Amino acid sequence: MSPEILSPPPTPPGPASGTPAVEAEGVCRRYGRRWALVNVDLSLPRGSSLVVAGRNGSGKSTLFRVLSTLVRPDRGTTRILGLDPRADLHSVRRRVALLSHHSNHHEALSALENLEVAARFLGRPPHRAALVPKLAEVGLAERADDPVTTFSAGMRKRLTLARTLLQEAEVVLLDEPYGQLDPPGFRLVDDVVAALRSRGATVLMATHQLERGAALCERGLVLEAGRVAWTGPARDLVRGSGLDSAGLAEGGA
Amino acid sequence: MRELSAALRKEALLQWRTRAQLAAVFVFGASALLLFSFAIGPDSAALRQHSAGFLWLGLLLASTLTLAESFHSEMEQRALEAQLLLPVRPAALFYGKAISNWAQLSLLGFALVPVMVVLYDAGTDRLGALLGVILLGTAGLSAPGTLYAAMTSQARARQTLLPLLLFPLVVPVLLAATRASSLLITGDPMDQARSWIALLACFDAIYWSLCGLLFGRVVED
Amino acid sequence: MNRDDGRPTAALFFAGLGALLLLVGSYWGLFVAPAETYMGDVQRIMYVHVPTAWNAMLAFTFAFGCALAFLVHGGWKWDSRMEAAMEVGVVLAVLLCVQGAIWAKPTWGVWWDWDPRLTTTAVMVFAFSGILALRHFVDDPVRRATWSAVAAIVAFVDVPIVYFSVRWWNSLHQLQSTPETVSSAFHWPLRINAFGILFLMIAAITLRSRIAALRLRTELAPPPPAPTPRAVTAAAEAGR
Repeated sequence: MSPEILSPPPTPPGPASGTPAVEAEGVCRRYGRRWALVNVDLSLPRGSSLVVAGRNGSGKSTLFRVLSTLVRPDRGTTRILGLDPRADLHSVRRRVALLSHHSNHHEALSALENLEVAARFLGRPPHRAALVPKLAEVGLAERADDPVTTFSAGMRKRLTLARTLLQEAEVVLLDEPYGQLDPPGFRLVDDVVAALRSRGATVLMATHQLERGAALCERGLVLEAGRVAWTGPARDLVRGSGLDSAGLAEGGA
Repeated sequence: MRELSAALRKEALLQWRTRAQLAAVFVFGASALLLFSFAIGPDSAALRQHSAGFLWLGLLLASTLTLAESFHSEMEQRALEAQLLLPVRPAALFYGKAISNWAQLSLLGFALVPVMVVLYDAGTDRLGALLGVILLGTAGLSAPGTLYAAMTSQARARQTLLPLLLFPLVVPVLLAATRASSLLITGDPMDQARSWIALLACFDAIYWSLCGLLFGRVVED
Repeated sequence: MNRDDGRPTAALFFAGLGALLLLVGSYWGLFVAPAETYMGDVQRIMYVHVPTAWNAMLAFTFAFGCALAFLVHGGWKWDSRMEAAMEVGVVLAVLLCVQGAIWAKPTWGVWWDWDPRLTTTAVMVFAFSGILALRHFVDDPVRRATWSAVAAIVAFVDVPIVYFSVRWWNSLHQLQSTPETVSSAFHWPLRINAFGILFLMIAAITLRSRIAALRLRTELAPPPPAPTPRAVTAAAEAGR
């Protein structure tokens, strides 16, 4: 285990200009009577990283679901690596991975079998020899053959992390990656984000762990009631976003 | 298609893990057949004449259990969402699930044939054709059933909604399968079973394509 | 046709005209037209039965069209119209079954004779009532609209299949009583009633879809206010 990362990793090589990795323009999404997202604009260059903060219910998960194409925006457009999901959904999905706070597992299957199912869909080698190392990376190697029903919440999260990494996507969206994890799990997520960034992936992370998120990412964005309330460098996120920082900092516990 | 074969393997794995359920559904189907005979009375001739009807009614009732459960694993922890994002085309997921349901229902049908033979004295010397009718008929139940199961497993009152939606739709399947099976059991001098089997095949062709096309709209937001 | 607010003048006009036509046609059919040779006065129910049948089928076909329009095009008005058309169709279809039973009892001696068209109608009642029930159990408006449109398409495609399978299944045949097989004395009340019921149906569907649209309006939030001055994008922040 590498030591806890406290400073942002070096900017990865690769084109800093050119097609942005993630774009959102005027994105609005409603659920029944409530607008969960209102006029969200976003533009992230390739290889950069964004930490998204906001209170519960501010729309972070909805934003990630829209960006990952799981959910269609009611208004506005999104683009991933220049591709429009309305034109070519399949290509967009191939390039995006979402770690959602639902564990998305088949409870009756074992950890290894869940990975195997995903690997087969992705066209990656589904053999034990290829997948057990992936489980080892997230600390689940000894429980590889146990059914997921026996897992704790933190272990499920680790498995979800393993499956997300299996996709080797260019744009990775992590929705509350630290949720349910223990302190070694926190370090695991830090390592994962660092590894993703060093291979050039664009990482977006929604979290209440503001200090950690700000340390790992370049840019920051704050959502409030579905609107973008603040954007800026991640290091300014905790200090001065011009909002009720006391309310936000509470979530950093 | 790679995605389809991956989906089929996943279904096979899930089915194997929950195989106790198959036995439970068989017991349900067999007890339904038993109850039908109590409802009619110990009139062997009447029982024999209506045996095909009882078989298919029993299968239809049991299918609601099977179909309703079929999306349980996908919805429990929202596994379906993750699969869509891998990406997997919705059609591949649909056909994987529909084929898996078809296999389950066919096995159930095959297993109920000896029960029917014993309870209703309804043997047939055209067993192969009867098994073929079971295959075609359960296919007709499985395609729309899988589509509706995907919907109702995400809605409230899911237990009542699925049969409510499915039963009127599969009236042609029930008619054709029952008539064809009955002719195979009681005798078919004018070879009418063939046209009923053709009707079943037609229904299957239409609904396996239509439901595959529409499945995407049901699971995407 | 109408705006959702304000008096539904066109619908009321259709309703009035339809009621008038139905009265005229029914009077003609019940009292003026000659009795049929074999079936006697019971046959007079045909003057309401056949037009109801045409219109029920029309309602369900319109619902199918709206379902397609919604899935292909989008647009909430198609969802409202589809809901209205299905409800009106179910009402007409139930009426059809009742009329059929009233006709069957004195004619065949039984309440139900498994006539292919009537049986198909009964199946349609169950199928579309099921879809209306589905709508009740889904809270999210988008999902509700999409799922019921899908179900409506699946159910409608089944209708001809049900019809043909019941026809082959049933030995008791009933000849189609289209105007060509009926003498000209019977045409006019039939046609008048057909249009009468048609206009009433148009009025009913229009009014009912207004109600559905109004309900949607309470369920769906109004569009968000105009965008605030565009939030500075993260790319522009690179300079800081």
